[in-house]
Amino acid sequence: MIEIELRLFATLTRYTPPTPESFRVARATTVEGLLSELGIPREETKLIFINGKKHELDYELSKGDRVGIFPPVGGG
Amino acid sequence: MERYSRNHNALTPEEQTLLAGSRVAVIGLGGLGGGVVEMLARIGVGSLFLIDGDRFDTTNLNRQILSTEALVGHPKAEAAKARVMAVNSDVRVTSCIGFLDNGNADAIVGDADLVIDCLDSIDTRFLLEDACKRAGVPLVSGAIAGTLGQIITIFPEDPGLELVYGERSAKRAAGVENEMGNLSYCALFVAALQASEAVKVLLNRGELLRNRLLIADLMALSFDIVELT
Repeated sequence: MIEIELRLFATLTRYTPPTPESFRVARATTVEGLLSELGIPREETKLIFINGKKHELDYELSKGDRVGIFPPVGGG
Repeated sequence: MERYSRNHNALTPEEQTLLAGSRVAVIGLGGLGGGVVEMLARIGVGSLFLIDGDRFDTTNLNRQILSTEALVGHPKAEAAKARVMAVNSDVRVTSCIGFLDNGNADAIVGDADLVIDCLDSIDTRFLLEDACKRAGVPLVSGAIAGTLGQIITIFPEDPGLELVYGERSAKRAAGVENEMGNLSYCALFVAALQASEAVKVLLNRGELLRNRLLIADLMALSFDIVELT
């Protein structure tokens, strides 16, 4: 297992696990696997950024990654 | 000109002249657009095209700076034009009571040096971006939900909104603003950053949010600039 840091934004905070700052996932978990584990439907996020950079669903997480999960925001 | 004396020397006289010769289209005149219009008129952008088909209602009063109790029921585009004329009569201002669509987007965007996206619909944002790319005009896009704001500056050759919202055809949840509402200070915060990006594009100066999304979460007090490419 590895520890990552999770930040969920806006309505996605409802999916925040108990200890988001030290969330444990299996080694080689992908972003897609992480979303499944958290129970976040794919249509609720189109922007996942890791250590300040956008990544796709096939990105494999590494120890210490800072993961941001961001929803579609369209208000004006 | 004395009215711009406090713009100097943050802006040079040459830059002030450049702004006076610039044409900006502001699409959407709600929480974001109202703030953007106010700031661009005051700083001295010479020509503004303003479009929104909505009329003010009482739910706008919590955040939209152009709305007043007396203006409920009044077209936002007319209120925006009147505000610009009251603030800076040197600005050439044109307003349109109507919504951006496939029939008018190319004409509106084609006359501008820069377009500012203050819309409240993700689908219409894509329509606007397409028109800007066809016309070769840069776009500054802002969006808000609750205490969350985002800003990106898109040049015609940049990938743009797909990096933020996913492929336009992809299944996407509705914008979270429907659940979270919109607060006054968040709207004006994002509007200020859009105005700042606009001025930098027009003056070809400073750091821009190209291929980067600024995400501000005012409740968490977090500010991220995400590299999108």
